[in-house]
Amino acid sequence: MLQLKKLTKTYKTGDQALKAIDLEVPKGQVLALIGPSGAGKSTMIRCINRLVEPSSGEVLLDGVDLARLGSGALRKARREMGMIFQEYALVERLTVMENVLSGRLGFVGFWRSFLRKYPQPDVDEAFRLLDRVGLLHMADKRADELSGGQRQRVGICRALIQNPKLLLVDEPTASLDPKTSRQIMRLITELCRERGLAAIINIHDVALAQMFVPRVVGLRFGEIVFDGPPTGLTSEKLTEIYGEEDWEATIEKVDDSDDIEAAE
Amino acid sequence: MSEMRLEDKLGTAWRKPHFIKNPTLRLGLIAGFIAYMIAAVLTIEVDWGRVYEGLDRGAAFVLAFTSPDFVSRASDIWEGLFESIVMTVAASVVGIAISIPIGLGAARNIAPLPVYVVCRGIVAISRALQEIIVAILLVAIFGFGPLAGFLTLSFATIGFLSKLLAEDIEAMDRVQAEAIKASGARWTQWINYGVQPQVMPRLVGLSMYRIDINFRESAILGLVGAGGIGATLNTAFDRYEYDTAAAILLLIIGIVMALEYLSGVIRARVQ
Amino acid sequence: MPVLDQNGTQVWRRRTGRESLARWFGWLLGVAIFVYCWQIISDATTWFFVWDAPRIANDIWTRATPPRWEYITQLGRPIWDTLNIATLGTLISLCLAVPVAFLAARNTTPSALFIRPIALLIIVSTRSINSLIWALLLIAIIGPGVFAGVVAIAIRSIGFCAKLLYEAIEEIDQTQVEAITATGASRWQVMAYGIVPQILPAFAGIAVFRWDINIRESTVLGLVGAGGIGLQLSASLNVLAWPQVSLILIVILFAVVISEWVSAKVRGAII
Repeated sequence: MLQLKKLTKTYKTGDQALKAIDLEVPKGQVLALIGPSGAGKSTMIRCINRLVEPSSGEVLLDGVDLARLGSGALRKARREMGMIFQEYALVERLTVMENVLSGRLGFVGFWRSFLRKYPQPDVDEAFRLLDRVGLLHMADKRADELSGGQRQRVGICRALIQNPKLLLVDEPTASLDPKTSRQIMRLITELCRERGLAAIINIHDVALAQMFVPRVVGLRFGEIVFDGPPTGLTSEKLTEIYGEEDWEATIEKVDDSDDIEAAE
Repeated sequence: MSEMRLEDKLGTAWRKPHFIKNPTLRLGLIAGFIAYMIAAVLTIEVDWGRVYEGLDRGAAFVLAFTSPDFVSRASDIWEGLFESIVMTVAASVVGIAISIPIGLGAARNIAPLPVYVVCRGIVAISRALQEIIVAILLVAIFGFGPLAGFLTLSFATIGFLSKLLAEDIEAMDRVQAEAIKASGARWTQWINYGVQPQVMPRLVGLSMYRIDINFRESAILGLVGAGGIGATLNTAFDRYEYDTAAAILLLIIGIVMALEYLSGVIRARVQ
Repeated sequence: MPVLDQNGTQVWRRRTGRESLARWFGWLLGVAIFVYCWQIISDATTWFFVWDAPRIANDIWTRATPPRWEYITQLGRPIWDTLNIATLGTLISLCLAVPVAFLAARNTTPSALFIRPIALLIIVSTRSINSLIWALLLIAIIGPGVFAGVVAIAIRSIGFCAKLLYEAIEEIDQTQVEAITATGASRWQVMAYGIVPQILPAFAGIAVFRWDINIRESTVLGLVGAGGIGLQLSASLNVLAWPQVSLILIVILFAVVISEWVSAKVRGAII
């Protein structure tokens, strides 16, 4: 469904963030993108929905090359891709409900969105999603009154209300504590399964990635150095991605129990 | 809050909660505002005929900016401008020098109460009086000339700078100051090591900003006879010499821009 | 902070020799400029009047007290005009300042090369020139009256408001804007959802702050004929009716204190 062909990004400073990336993501597959800071994970995700303009190469979504779209067509294409951010990136001074509904901005006209008069199906869907992530009672709270985990749930709702084919997830757990991180990762992967969504989850916590996703792609200096199931992530492979370190402890954590969340 | 159920919500419209929750208060405020606006607009007397006639002169003035006349009143312009700059420099130096002790005195966390009250009083008086009104009074007392302007600007500088300096001192990091005190420093040493380094960058920035303001203000003091370029400008408007007026305004804008640029450079260096 | 090596022993100095020389030279130059400026002011002053000043001040004081309280009945309309000049002027200037600010902010300007410099020029030229000068100019163009005052205040405030606002726009959290862009929102929707909510508190603060300043400025606009209580002040000064002058000054002080109080209250409520 999503295909990257020779995707390259060179910043104005001359740094090559991505070096001719080739990647294919089939429908409904969730994959984790791991790699050290500065490996180009964030750049790659942003090149797909063109928050960052790729320098060359193709980004094919259902056969359409996103890299060549004009601004109107690009907006239509962006509706197909929901994005979840590291620091939640909620509009802090708007209510939770407005933040969720802002996911529909690509579908409604300016005045409708300005006057907050969204179509009833959108409002119902927003309520349903908030209920699904357990935040229905927070709908009229302002986003800056929420805790980190709650904010990220709102961020997930905002991405899902777009009814996308693909989720682009940029470090969803980087600002969360370990327990909340797992809950959020579980929520994202569950929702992807329910809706048959493909997702690229950019994550730096290897153990967390191994715990939840069937496919891992390792990035180092803008090149793919690993692509396979989490079980293939051996100590040598991790060393290749991240550099020399004792990886045994990280790998063993994979079969950690999940019963902490059972209490939720 | 958990009694809220999805079934109740589905199908219901959603409205953004209002900023002011009390509906009577909200409608009252809106109605009051509209009523005021109507009253205000209705009581303004506009002589539209006069305004229409003025459009030509307005156009002439705008055109004058394309051909400003620096020459025919050159000596008046340069004299006035020079006097404005002299007043600005002298008043800024004196004003800043006086506002530092007053600013220290007006900061509650370092000054004893009686000193604080006196200094805050000075600041309040200086801030409440408009520059131009002070200038009128000082001209009446000291006679025409740049001395009245100089005193006005110094006085205004004190109110502005002392207040902001005092606020900055009150907002400073207590721990740093306490650490210096703990070393057994005297009061002056404490100010020098514990307080000064914290507020210095902002003091420099504010002083530069005040110099900028002083120059702009010095351009109007001439209207009431307190020296500077204002008198020349007033004459130019009275005689409808728009090209001379344009020249003066361009000079003022140019100097303000230069001062702003300079203050940007200096602020970047002290930070 | 250098550590010098003197005859084998290490000596710590705050500055190197060259630095301290440069500093001393800087100070010397500063003092020389100040003395020179003072010299010029002093030459332009009739010192006889200055030595006579205490007597004159005393004289004015005795004439001005007590204020002529019954004159207040004639001040109602001028105060109302003053309030209108400030309020309407602020509202108009805000309408004009918002687009200018968006054009001037680096992250929202459509063209950093052509449009941004124009917006910055509008900002610097409107705020470099005092509202009294704008009033002088407008009176020459559209004739004296309250309307000229409103327009003068409006023009003067554009630069001030737009400058503070565009700085606020440049400081917004860019990831919130990114998030809205990623949903496929149009340019205007990104503005309404990603940018406006972030700058709204700053906007409200700026509006109230400028309104407070405008109340002060509009009290003196009448001195040049642009309506408001300044007209009465000017008329009373012309006929040396000091008891009326003192009453007007008290009223102005009162207005300034109230406006400052209101603006502090409103800002407190917003933030």
